Amino acid sequence: MQPAIDNTLDIQRIRQDFPILDQEINGRPLVYFDNAATNQKPLSVINALTRYYEGYNANIHRGIHHLAEQATAAFEASRRAVQEFLNAKHWQEIIFTYGTTDGINLVAQSYGRHFLKAGDEIIISTMEHHSNIVPWQMLCEEKGCILKVIPINDEGELLLDEYEKLLSEKTKFVSCVHISNSLGTINPVKFIIDKAHEVGAVVLIDGAQASSHLELDVQALDADFYVLSAHKLYGPTGMGVLYGKKEILDAMPPYRGGGEMIKEVTFAKTTYSDLPYKFEAGTPNIADVIAVKTALEYMAGLGKENIAAHENDLLQYATEQLNELDGLRIIGQAKDKIGVISFVLDGIHHQDIGVILDQQGIAVRTGHHCTMPLMQRLGIAGTTRASFAVYNTRYEVDRLVQGLRRVQKMML
Amino acid sequence: MTINEKQDEIIEEFDLFDDLLDKTQYIIDLGKKLPPMPEAQKNDENRIMGCQSKVWVDAELKDDKLYFYGDSEPTAQISKGLVGLLIRVLSGEKPEDIANADLYFIPRVGMGNLITSLRAGGLASMIERMKAFGRAYTEKSHS
Repeated sequence: MQPAIDNTLDIQRIRQDFPILDQEINGRPLVYFDNAATNQKPLSVINALTRYYEGYNANIHRGIHHLAEQATAAFEASRRAVQEFLNAKHWQEIIFTYGTTDGINLVAQSYGRHFLKAGDEIIISTMEHHSNIVPWQMLCEEKGCILKVIPINDEGELLLDEYEKLLSEKTKFVSCVHISNSLGTINPVKFIIDKAHEVGAVVLIDGAQASSHLELDVQALDADFYVLSAHKLYGPTGMGVLYGKKEILDAMPPYRGGGEMIKEVTFAKTTYSDLPYKFEAGTPNIADVIAVKTALEYMAGLGKENIAAHENDLLQYATEQLNELDGLRIIGQAKDKIGVISFVLDGIHHQDIGVILDQQGIAVRTGHHCTMPLMQRLGIAGTTRASFAVYNTRYEVDRLVQGLRRVQKMML
Repeated sequence: MTINEKQDEIIEEFDLFDDLLDKTQYIIDLGKKLPPMPEAQKNDENRIMGCQSKVWVDAELKDDKLYFYGDSEPTAQISKGLVGLLIRVLSGEKPEDIANADLYFIPRVGMGNLITSLRAGGLASMIERMKAFGRAYTEKSHS
């Protein structure tokens, strides 16, 4: 965990950018601590969506009229913004998807089905979200590949020496989460990528949680694929990004057919578009793609390092405060983690905690967080998870602690 | 007391509380009063699927009336309280009445999100299980 850093953000002013925060739930001011599931959207993003629908709603790329040109320009400007955000070398390396899960499935179904064969080994980790487990299991079932799993320690950190033991010339693919959604652990993905490359494996990094918290540089990481979801970086839902190295994407066959992904279709044969369009079949999520540029600009305006510093301050403060509660155990105590605190309370079911916190206006996530194998490894059914974003405050952490005291008073 | 009279009584009791947390506390306290179910009955056959927490419901017929038993895993006290509420309304009634019961008290006790969120996950499954017992014993008595 990083130490608290004074930063220059005026959180009360920032909160005014998020109209959803200004409301009462069950008669109490909303505390929104479910940011790892999705974070809230600033007015500028909401307005970008409205501006598109009010001003220049049109389908992109093939239209000859003014609105189509305007929409296409905004759509492609968003691609360039994402390229810059990830520091990708080529704009063609940015594929718009419906989200992280869609991106992983694209890679599994296109790269995996085309390049992997029976006996090839795929490595994932114990702390993967289901969306970075199931697509690989489906592929293994179909192709006869073998899935191997990097174990973790009790603090929720990957056992890197065990990872190195799993690697061999049979390893053809490694798919690993950058930051655990359940524990907040920041994984050493640069090390993971480098080691995988040493045996000739291709690597995908699931950046769903990392994208709003860490500075990203896919070239410095040397990631072959990097996937993320816009709704976790203050952008709209149903829109994500697959980054892939151009030479790898070029070699991959299209995953879905129709619309934008074709060059020419005859009943005898179809030829496919170039990157990135060969992977963007059908009418895309135009308004949301356009709005993601606004979301990236919003984050850049605040400064990602300032956001991270504020979230780290909340993490440290909340960890201290929550540790004061009898019977509370924080699950996931990695040295490197972001503002996600998962915990269990002795004698109280996580669902009951979630219900009673909600009655006090406090939104948290409870359950297995779509990481059932991780919960099995930790020997628990689920946790209560509070996850922070830039607009959260220490006062809200105090509300959570008070809320949990009330839960204990009611249940024990 | 009929099923509907018991429902009306519960609605009146909940009306005494203004605060959602107090209503939830009442449900928790009802759960605490529920007699524990014998361990042997806490089996897969009696488990209510669809609940995030483990909940079991069983029933037996005595003198043409159905009596329910229910429990949850020890930590899941809200679920246990909800089972307790349903048992209070339906236990000791004729199978046919249980099968045909209109459980109108649930939306009227003013539990808002609690009922909404649990309904999707488990409350509906609990009700369905209890009504299924009602239907099964109704058919038996008619055969």
